[in-house]
Amino acid sequence: MRVEFTVNGEPRSADVEPRTLLVHFLREQCGLRAANIGCDTTSCGACTVLLDGESVKSCTVLVAQAAGQEVTTAEGLAPPGELHPVQRAFRAEHGLQCGFCTPGMVMASVSLLAENPHPTEQQVREGLEGNLCRCTGYHNIVRAVLTAAASDPAEVTA
Amino acid sequence: MIPASFDYVAADSTSDAIGLLAEHGDDAKVLAGGHSLLPMMKLRLAQPSVLIDIGRVFELAGITATADELIIGATTRHAALASSELVRADAPLLAHAASLVGDPQIRHRGTIGGSLAHADPAADLPMAVVALGGTLTLSGPSGSRQVPADEFFLGYFETALAEDELLTSVRVPRRPGVPWGYQKFVRRANDWAIVGAAAIAGRVALANMGPMPLRARAAEDALAGGASAAEAARLAAEGTSAPEDIHADRAYREHLARVLTERALKHRSSAAHAD
Amino acid sequence: MEEARHLMSILGTRVLRTEDPRFLTTGGVYTEDVTDELLTGACHVFFVRSPVAHAQIGRIDTSAALGAPGVLAVYTGADLAGLPAIDVMMPGLLNERMRRRLLATGKVRFVGDPVAVVVTEHLYQGEDAVELVDVDYDPLPAVVDLDDALHGEVILFDEAGTNVVAEFGNEASLKPDLFDGCEAVVTATIINQRVAPAPMEARAAAAAWGEDGRLTAWIPNQGAQGTREDLAKLLGVEEAQVRVITPDVGGAFGAKFGADPEHAVVAWVARQLGRPARWTESRFENLIAMTHGRGQRHTITIGGSRDGDVQAYRLQIVQDGGAYPKIGAVLPFLTILMAVGPYQIPKAEAIGVSVVTNTTPVGAYRGAGRPEATAALERAFDLFAAEIGMDPAEVRRRNLLPPFTEPHQTAFGALYDSGDYAAALDKALDSAGYAELRAEQARRRASGDPHQLGIGVSCYVEITGGGDGGPPKENATVEVHPDGTATILTGTSPHGQGHSTAWAMIASEELGIPVENFTVRWGDTDLIPEGGGTGGSRSLQQGGAAVQQASRELIDVARERAAAALEASADDLRFNTDRAAFEVAGDPEASVRLADLAKEERLFVHTIFTAPGATFPFGTHVAVAEVDTQTGKATLRRVITVDDAGIVLNPLLAEGQRHGGIAQGAAQAFLEEVVYDADGNPLTASFADYPIVSATELPSFELASMETPTSYNPLGVKGIGEAGTIGATPAVQSAIVDAVGHLGVRHIDMPATPMRIWRAMQAANDGLEGA
Repeated sequence: MRVEFTVNGEPRSADVEPRTLLVHFLREQCGLRAANIGCDTTSCGACTVLLDGESVKSCTVLVAQAAGQEVTTAEGLAPPGELHPVQRAFRAEHGLQCGFCTPGMVMASVSLLAENPHPTEQQVREGLEGNLCRCTGYHNIVRAVLTAAASDPAEVTA
Repeated sequence: MIPASFDYVAADSTSDAIGLLAEHGDDAKVLAGGHSLLPMMKLRLAQPSVLIDIGRVFELAGITATADELIIGATTRHAALASSELVRADAPLLAHAASLVGDPQIRHRGTIGGSLAHADPAADLPMAVVALGGTLTLSGPSGSRQVPADEFFLGYFETALAEDELLTSVRVPRRPGVPWGYQKFVRRANDWAIVGAAAIAGRVALANMGPMPLRARAAEDALAGGASAAEAARLAAEGTSAPEDIHADRAYREHLARVLTERALKHRSSAAHAD
Repeated sequence: MEEARHLMSILGTRVLRTEDPRFLTTGGVYTEDVTDELLTGACHVFFVRSPVAHAQIGRIDTSAALGAPGVLAVYTGADLAGLPAIDVMMPGLLNERMRRRLLATGKVRFVGDPVAVVVTEHLYQGEDAVELVDVDYDPLPAVVDLDDALHGEVILFDEAGTNVVAEFGNEASLKPDLFDGCEAVVTATIINQRVAPAPMEARAAAAAWGEDGRLTAWIPNQGAQGTREDLAKLLGVEEAQVRVITPDVGGAFGAKFGADPEHAVVAWVARQLGRPARWTESRFENLIAMTHGRGQRHTITIGGSRDGDVQAYRLQIVQDGGAYPKIGAVLPFLTILMAVGPYQIPKAEAIGVSVVTNTTPVGAYRGAGRPEATAALERAFDLFAAEIGMDPAEVRRRNLLPPFTEPHQTAFGALYDSGDYAAALDKALDSAGYAELRAEQARRRASGDPHQLGIGVSCYVEITGGGDGGPPKENATVEVHPDGTATILTGTSPHGQGHSTAWAMIASEELGIPVENFTVRWGDTDLIPEGGGTGGSRSLQQGGAAVQQASRELIDVARERAAAALEASADDLRFNTDRAAFEVAGDPEASVRLADLAKEERLFVHTIFTAPGATFPFGTHVAVAEVDTQTGKATLRRVITVDDAGIVLNPLLAEGQRHGGIAQGAAQAFLEEVVYDADGNPLTASFADYPIVSATELPSFELASMETPTSYNPLGVKGIGEAGTIGATPAVQSAIVDAVGHLGVRHIDMPATPMRIWRAMQAANDGLEGA
């Protein structure tokens, strides 16, 4: 089947089996491999991207369902060579180690801040309940989101 | 991780969807948010040969109100339900339940219709709708019928939906200012409830104490007879058949049912996300 | 000759990671992401795995699978019969008659044991085809319980005739009078449960054979050199024929060392089919077929005087090795080595035995044998404290080894390099506000508050950077280029630890070249043929020390060139790191830049740093937990730690390692557990069922600083990577037990789930021992 939508601002046309998952399309057909696959049960969030500005787990969205919508991946958050404020905050706070969960964690954080620009620590932790990390113990990830929240809110949304 | 192959068709209206359901019968499943169905399909626990996507049937989304009821379209997303001013004012128990489903990403996609039709006895919205005494509108080729929530959940992942029927909306009574309580006991965020309890207006519903959400009728009767929350809650596990798994055995679940029911009856709610 | 130093040393500062911009934008390039000419047209490999824990393999019908769309081949154990069986490691220690084959042959021994492999053209075709492979299994009784394994009624390996993999000492050596004279003696049998390492990146491989007959294999691993060695052996080829490339690795935690059978099968398939092959396991496969961690049962006995002197301690270990012996079966050796921890205990004994069971093989997992030692010892101390009615922190203080700067050998043969255990305890208690916490606990107990407070304290010492057989060492190559940049080649293998930044800092300090101008490389066996990889918290103290040594030796080489260039005596030259140039003393105009000395001839040094031995970081963790006494649910409120791993090179990186370790350690105490039913069926084979800890269950951590240097390397550093796990697990377990201790509960096994806590409270209430 044929599906049309935009990815990071660019129109894409997908000719795919109906069962094609958005995450596989992004990685294999678009070459956007920042989103990773970390589980089989929609638990880990490593595949998180934005769909019309809202965080979704792209492993549990069919390409077919994305028709006419805008997908944003970590690669598309900022112009090449630049860092989005959330990405900058993750670096400043050492919010990543092996990096596997990071793109998904960043996209979830961007969405979290879009909906709640000034979260408490507890709200950040709950807001990231859909994103698992094995390396950082979450401490610095939480700091990163709180640091990003302290930046200009207008800058922080995607 | 990869579902088995299927054919995909997008419905462009409710009647179109119903027509497609009638055409494909039990080979077909309805796809709304896909966050109950797709995880099952990825594990190959469900292998429909046709998916009927109602995600773009806009008449199925949205929240409206009559004098007495809120009418929630079946494809209303959990996030929308949780943040709706109207629902938070008039059926806050429902908004709260929606705010606790899964995680933010899941809430951006999952729908109330999908959750209710999936009928996981440990899920939030089935319990919430039973507690509220809601009514579900089921639409088929020969028209629509209203089914009370108490009669909708028939068994483990089993509902009153006929093969050719679509759940199109959920109605719940408007109860602004009426005290309510909602308890969801989990070991870890993002888990399904080990046990859940929701209480409002003399009604108490339990999650994961049987193959479907159950009313704690003995507790309700005691309340109606003037018992205190604590006294009524002691009867919460009567008539239940709690499952046993790695999280909890029956005795512990029954204990939790009593504790959570008391807390719900005292209008306490667990882990608010949507404030 | 005195060197001009930076006004500000970079060592010890919070340098942001040079790795990060890439990871944050385009993402890491993990094995599944690798694109390479050699992998063009790669086919996809999928494994058919046993759904039963123990069975004879009967007929395997591949006909339906072979007919499925896109299927290129289906292979079974019979097809791989020409390859050697996998030798058991450390054959003198482990039972060598428990060998495994790349694909299970004759028998399957755990749910997940691979029996066949399906190869497809496209990714999406694989699972469809795997479903069509029809395997007959003739089930055998499954051995899951440790005592069943020991009794040996059902044997996993007929050739072995026993389920015992290894013994570490024996019961005959135990002295029956060890506890004579002790006024108080407590004994208990406790569980250090099996957990899943669950790195976010599961296992994977990509393999291609060149026309020259060489294999290039991309595998996420913790040491390419060790992986190459394993892979060559598994495939029956010479090491020189194999090139292993380590892409970015999405976490490992001890479970990605060497090569697994699946990696070798992927390479074999590529050779068999004459085209490159790729494999990525699913999370389900990862949770049942990647090695698990821990899995020890402990019988602990502790005795001493009623005024708090611990006089004797005994530890008896049964290690669950899983179905095929791997390093897990060896770990009791380390547990025994560290059995008395930071304490001076006049009499101590420890023995162990490892058995095979019809479960996933057990390997190394963050701490690998040492968390188990600390958990057992700390539990014993808490039981003893409860028995004599003394504050648990006080009991510990009374029994800690006094501070030492000269190496101290324990009764079990561990040579601790330096330590001040009491200082760590005091600092942690002070940071935690211990007295206030006890006061709050008392208030809540007096008022019958439904939310009770518990405080747990654990003191630990751990062994890092031990060599594997010979003395611990690592190699490094440092090269300065004419354009002023530099390259470091390291034998370590980072997977999140930040070696690019850390090694650049070390070299920058010596060479005056800015951190951002370094390229750090690792994990390609063609480029770096020798290396010990990253694990056991060895990297900084050996790999980092090697980088420092190479940098210093490079300055020596460069000095000779500079002397010639400046027509001066080498003794008259000073190296100015601010300018990265040699200057003639007293005549700064006469200078030559380091980079310029690389113009005529390459300027590089390869060196090997050898350490005198392992180092012993130590610390104290304090955990504060709240228990909802109505439901039994425990909430972790605070974790305060002192983790002294010597001098800290980069506090940002060190804190990150501590955080990650604390999270995993805490998770074992109250949340995570791999569960099997009595038939060996895994019940926690997804992230929905295996409760890997999320941000919501954890607080932010409070880290206190302490740096007791070691003399074992010029950097003064020990290893930090596993300390957090070792200290946190017992502290959190202890806090939870303590929260309900006033109700008579003395022990709750890990993980302290709500149901277990509630049951313990019920049992104590009923006047029985807390169960």
